[in-house]
Amino acid sequence: MSEKIYIFKRFERFWHWSQAGLIIFLMITGFEIHGLYSNFGFEKAVNLHTNAAWTLVGLWVFAIFWHFTTGEWKQYIPTTKNVMAMANYYLFGIFKNAPHPHRQTQLSKHNPLQRLAYLFILVIVGPLIWITGWLYLFYDQWPAWGVDKLLSLDTVALGHLIGAYMMLIFVIAHVYLTTTGATPLSHIKAMITGWEEVH
Amino acid sequence: MQPTHRIAKALFIGWLALAAGSFVQAADQPKAGSTADHSKFKELQQDFQSGPEVTKACLSCHTEAAKQIMHTEHWNWEYLNPKTDQKLGKIHVINNFCTSSQSNLKACASCHIGYNAMTDKGVKNDETLVDCLACHDTTGAYSKPSGLGGMVYGKDVEVGGKIIKGLNLQKMAQKVGKTSRKTCGACHFNGGGGDGVKHGDLDSSLEDPDKKLDVHMDSEGLNFTCATCHKTDGHNVPGSRYAPTAVDKEGVMIRGKEKDRNPATCQSCHGQKPHKEKNAAKLNNHTNKLACQTCHIPAFARGEIATKMYWDWSTAGKRGEDGKPLVIKNEEGHPIYMGIKGDFKYGENVKPDYVWFNGDVNYTLRDTKVDKAQQPIYINKFEGSPTDGRSRIWPVKTFRGKQPYDAEYKTLVVTHLAGADDTAFWTNLDWDKAIEAGMKEAGLPFSGKIDFIETISQWPITHMVAPKEKAVACNECHTQGGRLEGVPGVYLPGRDRITWLDNGVKLLALLTLLAVLGHGLLRIFTSKKH
Repeated sequence: MSEKIYIFKRFERFWHWSQAGLIIFLMITGFEIHGLYSNFGFEKAVNLHTNAAWTLVGLWVFAIFWHFTTGEWKQYIPTTKNVMAMANYYLFGIFKNAPHPHRQTQLSKHNPLQRLAYLFILVIVGPLIWITGWLYLFYDQWPAWGVDKLLSLDTVALGHLIGAYMMLIFVIAHVYLTTTGATPLSHIKAMITGWEEVH
Repeated sequence: MQPTHRIAKALFIGWLALAAGSFVQAADQPKAGSTADHSKFKELQQDFQSGPEVTKACLSCHTEAAKQIMHTEHWNWEYLNPKTDQKLGKIHVINNFCTSSQSNLKACASCHIGYNAMTDKGVKNDETLVDCLACHDTTGAYSKPSGLGGMVYGKDVEVGGKIIKGLNLQKMAQKVGKTSRKTCGACHFNGGGGDGVKHGDLDSSLEDPDKKLDVHMDSEGLNFTCATCHKTDGHNVPGSRYAPTAVDKEGVMIRGKEKDRNPATCQSCHGQKPHKEKNAAKLNNHTNKLACQTCHIPAFARGEIATKMYWDWSTAGKRGEDGKPLVIKNEEGHPIYMGIKGDFKYGENVKPDYVWFNGDVNYTLRDTKVDKAQQPIYINKFEGSPTDGRSRIWPVKTFRGKQPYDAEYKTLVVTHLAGADDTAFWTNLDWDKAIEAGMKEAGLPFSGKIDFIETISQWPITHMVAPKEKAVACNECHTQGGRLEGVPGVYLPGRDRITWLDNGVKLLALLTLLAVLGHGLLRIFTSKKH
């Protein structure tokens, strides 16, 4: 018989879903700006992309505040314990109905692979996109900031693009891995209601 | 009297009074502009027989006007470029239209602001030969016929068998006023020998343009004249094509300050942050790479007057069955072949080409060596680069041609085209004679070996500014194969990409998708077994 625990708090759920929507929207508009297809038209895509980016910045201000005041930031401290077991589970155990190696609790809501993946997003992909995005946006301020000799728009744009591409790959894997809970929809339900069904 | 009649009568008298009143008012209204009615001046109440007689009368009051004129490029047709040390101006340069004013002045000098004052060696500095009416006529009837070297007469005269009507010089002298689009356009719209031929952004459609053709000159709107931007002081008109201002980093011009600045730039009125509305910041920060004209002039020759895009002199010389030089016209009535000129191509609503331009223009002059292996030869190369810190991407008209050159001395040649004499090409279609005469007149060596060489001249596009709604849209450049395709040295989102990276990531994303789908399928498959 499965039991339910309260994993995701109200703000966390709001943060997750609004962030998910914004990131997907930013990818749709961003890849259009890059010229991969035509949807909104360049001008509109740029405006929407910029507005969505600022909205995400605002959301992040709240999210960062929330993580530090609640101590939830500790959820992303990496651990090497059970990393191999998790990898082993995804590669083999999951097909043999083996038990999940990670026991989800309120203090440890992410499994070791999740911790690593999210940390990578938080400290590598995120900052890469943020920093290059801001430089991109404030391109006309480069001379005033004294960085116009150090930077070129192509490298900044390339960094931004690489960040976006890493995010794309992450999103594909992430969406799939939500189906690997107790039931295929249990993780998603948890992110909607806050209550996770555990094994 | 019937009451209805009385009412009708009262209404009629009322109307009459109003109408009369309005005429009295109109007469009392002070005229805008000038404080002088030139028709009241005794000096101008003469039966002028020629242009110089008018000028004498003008100078009796405007004592310094001719002296001012004689310091201008308009008079001297000469400009020494201090940067390149090249001697430019109409008496020195060779172009790929009618090639050279030298040896053709009887015709070409009809666009000189003098009365038969321009010679092949330079201008005659005689004050009475300054043509005041060319710029200051307001009647619209003044014109300087070809063949008289720019002279005009009050009576009919015969030139080469044709009668040229005399001008009512008294009326014109009495009605002088400020310059207008029409007076400037009389020459500048007709560069290259006809309406719109040369520039592409200057033609007679600008005499009375609507807003969509030119937002500033719109005759029912701002109604700018040329001099509104080319703000002239002491007869010296600023904003020369020989020394263009490619970049203006200054703000709006303030009265009393910045006397040496070119007042004809966009920035001299609009400043450095001209965009105030939608996307203002993003648009304003385009100005470190783009000239204003690049976005705001989406096309040239937009006034339904075609401009010449190509001129091949090498095919000239054919005669029709009647023995006269052959003329072939297209559906619009433009000659696409003329026995006296060769083959032409025209364009309307032409998208400009775009080049980095810093204001330096390098000319291929009469003594510049040209190499046929290097053709097309740039007659006037717009210099600039993305890295010199003083260039902007500019719209230009690229005019291509093929013109005679001296195959042994490797120089472009002066061709004697116009004239009733035996050597003029337009009279007898003989290149040997025409070039020999032209080069002799110019005092230049000529080997006698004639060949034709492909040339390009570049013309800055800066007039015919469209209303902002018609400016070039973002996606016309921010795309592959767009307007700025091939313009180097600038990263253009939407145009520039690393193809292998994009394709690599597409493949990686696809593989990730396949991997998770495979993983999922395997899970479904294995869970059923349990």
